[in-house]
Amino acid sequence: MMITIINPGLLTTVQDGGRWGYQRFGMPVAGVMDRFAYNTANLLAGNSPDAAVLEMTMLGGTFRFESPAYMTLCGADMQAELNGEAVRNWSSFFVPAGSELSLGYAVSGCRAYLAVHGGFDVQQVLGSRSTYVRGGIGGHCGRALKAGDILSAGNAGSLPSANKYLPAEMVPQYNEEIILRVLLGPQDDLFTNEGIETMFSSSYDITDEADRMGYRLEGPAIKHCGKADIVSDALCQGAIQVPGHGRPIIMMADRQTTGGYAKIGTVIGPDLVKLAQAKPGDSIRFVRCSDSEASAALVKESKNNEDIAAAISKQGQLGRQLKVSVNGQVYMVSIEEA
Amino acid sequence: MNGVRMLPAGEQGLVVEFGSKIDEEINVRVHQVSRLITDRLSDGVIEVVPTYRSLLVYFKPLVITRNQLISEIEVLLSRIEGAANESGSARVVYIPVCYGGEFGPDIEFVAQHNKLSVDEVVKIHTATPYLVYMLGFTPGFPYLGGMSEKIAAPRLDKPRTKIPAGSVGIAGSQTGFYPIESPGGWRLIGQTPIKGFDKDADKPFPIDAGDYLQFQAVSAEDFYKIRQQVNDGTYRTETKQISRGGAR
Repeated sequence: MMITIINPGLLTTVQDGGRWGYQRFGMPVAGVMDRFAYNTANLLAGNSPDAAVLEMTMLGGTFRFESPAYMTLCGADMQAELNGEAVRNWSSFFVPAGSELSLGYAVSGCRAYLAVHGGFDVQQVLGSRSTYVRGGIGGHCGRALKAGDILSAGNAGSLPSANKYLPAEMVPQYNEEIILRVLLGPQDDLFTNEGIETMFSSSYDITDEADRMGYRLEGPAIKHCGKADIVSDALCQGAIQVPGHGRPIIMMADRQTTGGYAKIGTVIGPDLVKLAQAKPGDSIRFVRCSDSEASAALVKESKNNEDIAAAISKQGQLGRQLKVSVNGQVYMVSIEEA
Repeated sequence: MNGVRMLPAGEQGLVVEFGSKIDEEINVRVHQVSRLITDRLSDGVIEVVPTYRSLLVYFKPLVITRNQLISEIEVLLSRIEGAANESGSARVVYIPVCYGGEFGPDIEFVAQHNKLSVDEVVKIHTATPYLVYMLGFTPGFPYLGGMSEKIAAPRLDKPRTKIPAGSVGIAGSQTGFYPIESPGGWRLIGQTPIKGFDKDADKPFPIDAGDYLQFQAVSAEDFYKIRQQVNDGTYRTETKQISRGGAR
């Protein structure tokens, strides 16, 4: 199945779960910024959990589908239209051959994910299809999509039989003020107690320098005991680096593998999805969390994903399994959401 | 083990820190423990990232808890305690370099700056193997230690916007080479035809953290010959196993 990029939008890249296993060689992980929207999109599209999707940023693109396809849009609401008709976010839909899907500005959230049934088929580099734009690696030609690019989707057999959707109570709300749980360390001992208190009692704004590599924040300076520089060590996702000026930087998917600023703490993984959907100007509050609370959040995230998978798979079965008997005559009935 | 700190780096990260400064002995220990964790603790460990003086273990808290991981690492550490001189073997990777001329436009500056001849700069630069403390900055970029102060040279005042892949340079008393084309302010003394990162190769990264690099001077003719072999996929980097401590 071929997809023509008519307009790529602001920054649209092929991403999957990331290029894990090569950080010791200096290779950034990359991968989707919002793993919740990514997981849900692949579930709705009937894909394996590691299928590649398109990640769009702030302003979505316009795409033409040369053959029939089945797909879903999750994450930021970019006012998507299929051949001029509005399509719902967080639900799957069929696309007839020759159709045009167009997205606009994000009216809520920051990043939208387009998953097509079969997954985007680009060559794997070191086990991943994710684009690392700074290194020119992975995805489509190692770069963001351009007008005229043609992508193909993998063959995943016949198209699914019904439209599926994420139940309304499971759809995340994107707020302009977000709360992020932070596990202190590894270098919280290089900050004064007041510095740590400042971080947890203040509000920080996301600056314009917020991209796939990291989010620079503006707000009260977090004070170090001494110097802000350390002998470079590894940077994990969500690491909060604080350079000498005291304003934190939260490291995201395209972060370099090592860094030389003291890290006061780490935003826990399950909360990074909120940051991935936050925009410049949005504000952040940090709350302290313990290791057991962080692990519990991870368990909850995993349980939530299982619940979503169960809810979505039931939607398909419901449509196929209903048997209705009327006046002794048995009818097979399928029910779909209006 | 004395002085080792276990620090949290998010819910799925554990930092094992062996010291706070750049030190060859500490770094050798980092790589030794990094390999042990990679080899022995596969369950629940996603990957290990060794750096100058610490390593980061990414793990799956749903498979192994932080406390379980810490106690398993402590067992590994207690086994190797006091065995600093028996840290096993290390690998020397030979890097062919064509020095000077168009390959190393700054080599005369480095020579003049240190009141040496160009030949002496080459001789000193190729005299000893350099420990790869870690890889970072760009994929495959080696942070090397141990270059002689005799050929140290300040960075360029104005960094170049484009440095060809394979360029070998000096910045202060650091040396290294650029695996991919990138901007940079190092004084360029030569170029290697081998690739520090080649996504299509069997081994995309010929150099690993903890290896030693030994630069070898080659002629321009050999440079192009090797480059052709690299492009054809027929070139094999020359390596040698040595016992730790025997490298220097």
